[in-house]
Amino acid sequence: MTSVAVADLDRRSLIRQSARTSHRRRQILGIVGACLCGLALCIALLPLVSIVIFTISKGIGAWSVNFFTHIPTPAGIPGGGIVNAIVGSLIMDGLAAVMALPIGFVVALFLAEQGGRLASTVRFVVDVAAGLPAITIGLFAYAIVVLPEGHFSALSASVALAVLMLPITIRAGETAIRTVPQDLWEAGIALGIGRARVARSIIITSALPGLVTASLLAISRAIGEAAPLLFTAIGSQVFATSLGQPMASLSLVVYFDGIQPYPDIVRTAWGAALTLLVIVMLLNISARLLARRMRRFTR
Amino acid sequence: MSVGDVTGGRDVRRPSRHIRLGDGAYRRVLQGFGLFVLAIFVAVGGVLFIQAWPAFRHSGAGFVTGTNWDPSRAIYGAIPFIVGTLITSAIGLVLAIPIGIGAAIFLAEYAPRRISGALGMLVELLAAVPSVVYGLWGFLVLGPIFQNTIEPHINFLPVAHGPPLPVGVLLAGLILAIMVLPTITAVTRDLANAVPATSREAVYGLGGTRWQMIRTAVLPAIRVGVVGAVVLGLGRALGETMAVTFVIGNTNAIPNSLIAPGQTMASLIANEFTEATEPFHASALLGIAVLLLVVAVIVNVFARLLVWSVSREVRETV
Repeated sequence: MTSVAVADLDRRSLIRQSARTSHRRRQILGIVGACLCGLALCIALLPLVSIVIFTISKGIGAWSVNFFTHIPTPAGIPGGGIVNAIVGSLIMDGLAAVMALPIGFVVALFLAEQGGRLASTVRFVVDVAAGLPAITIGLFAYAIVVLPEGHFSALSASVALAVLMLPITIRAGETAIRTVPQDLWEAGIALGIGRARVARSIIITSALPGLVTASLLAISRAIGEAAPLLFTAIGSQVFATSLGQPMASLSLVVYFDGIQPYPDIVRTAWGAALTLLVIVMLLNISARLLARRMRRFTR
Repeated sequence: MSVGDVTGGRDVRRPSRHIRLGDGAYRRVLQGFGLFVLAIFVAVGGVLFIQAWPAFRHSGAGFVTGTNWDPSRAIYGAIPFIVGTLITSAIGLVLAIPIGIGAAIFLAEYAPRRISGALGMLVELLAAVPSVVYGLWGFLVLGPIFQNTIEPHINFLPVAHGPPLPVGVLLAGLILAIMVLPTITAVTRDLANAVPATSREAVYGLGGTRWQMIRTAVLPAIRVGVVGAVVLGLGRALGETMAVTFVIGNTNAIPNSLIAPGQTMASLIANEFTEATEPFHASALLGIAVLLLVVAVIVNVFARLLVWSVSREVRETV
């Protein structure tokens, strides 16, 4: 064997060998990568699932008939409930929805129907506003409602929640209105009934399921917020239904009771957290189901 | 479809007794509402700034450079809270970015479709869990675990010295990471699902493994979008109030260790505003809110521009 042939053979086996190791290395790298990604998913789900499980297991212990029918009792006295907070949350969120949803949907119509600089400016500002810290919105409501009136009130909390709901309502509403086929707009205009009538009679009715989805998402976002209520509704131990008075809310109960040193009060916080979780999940799941049905319908 | 169906059974040929809104007027009404909403959000900034003005005048530049916050002597310096906000948000993102992206890649590329759909929906639903619930869990469940099993093992580190506590900056950062995870995961997964099959097949055609396909076809394509999602998460972390207030320990000083208690801008406002009776105290807290607002607006504008540039890129390539 000549030395050239030996060198040639060496080189060939070297190439084959390196191809093999590279192949093996690529496969090992692939397995390691997949395992890391799977591990990341497990790590991500662990705390999230833990939150849900703890809230359910600790909250269920607080639930009773009294819990949903009585107002709070002082620490150590059994039989208290959070009916005032449930009603308070519903009142303040309901009023906020009444203020925010109509305005939000008209603006959504504006964004979907008209182009131009004003529309794109509004869209951009609304997008940015969606990321504003909720606590600054609470201070805004404090400054424009609580300060002039001189007292904390459920009304000021509703104003804060309404401002908070606007960006979600507008953007989700715009998406819903944009799913209405162009043909329907044109058919309406061709009837000669005016754009306002087209919007009211055709577009809004066609986009209705989407608008309901948008409303549910906005309400669900608002009902969980506690930060904007700290300086507006500030919470209450009594059953208040007047909009001019401080009012209790589920989210505030979770916070104020959660940081107490008394175990029975902390249990109330878990019970309120579970109530909140159930409401938010119901709202979100129904919004999702509605959106899915709508998608099937348009297809 | 007849005319009557569309117009709710009324005959449109007969003049309506209602005053009909002309197209021009209708247009202007819509624009008016647009302007109204614009005005509301401008007013948020304006009103807070006006309310904060007395404190800004009182403290001057010291408001953003001062390290001391002492309402009883009317000294207001925001540095401890700016530092606290930045540290907790940074911890949150450093933990959430790799885990969120890894989880999203697993959902989009590895998991079977049905499992991926179910887990994806679970992750999206978890994004809707109210922040007080995260806070309550962090305070009552994670805090004690942290104090007893994690902190004693890491406090030999110079950045994490000090007594183990059930509250602190690191714990707040951890809660923020958990809170922004669903957002980052959901957006990244959607972006990965949108990568065209042709780019994937190109890598497979060259003999690439699935991992090489992910690294060379998927990750570069979604990079900018992921940065957008991370910046949106940053915006959420900076302004998060309730969850942080539960677990940060509420101490008005620059934290000297990762496991020491601290305070963020948002948690400071939540803690002190209803009891702010000292001179300029309430106004100074509104000043903190103005700082928070400015940072949040900058971060969100940046995020929107990124997302906008991505969607424009997609439109151009299509």
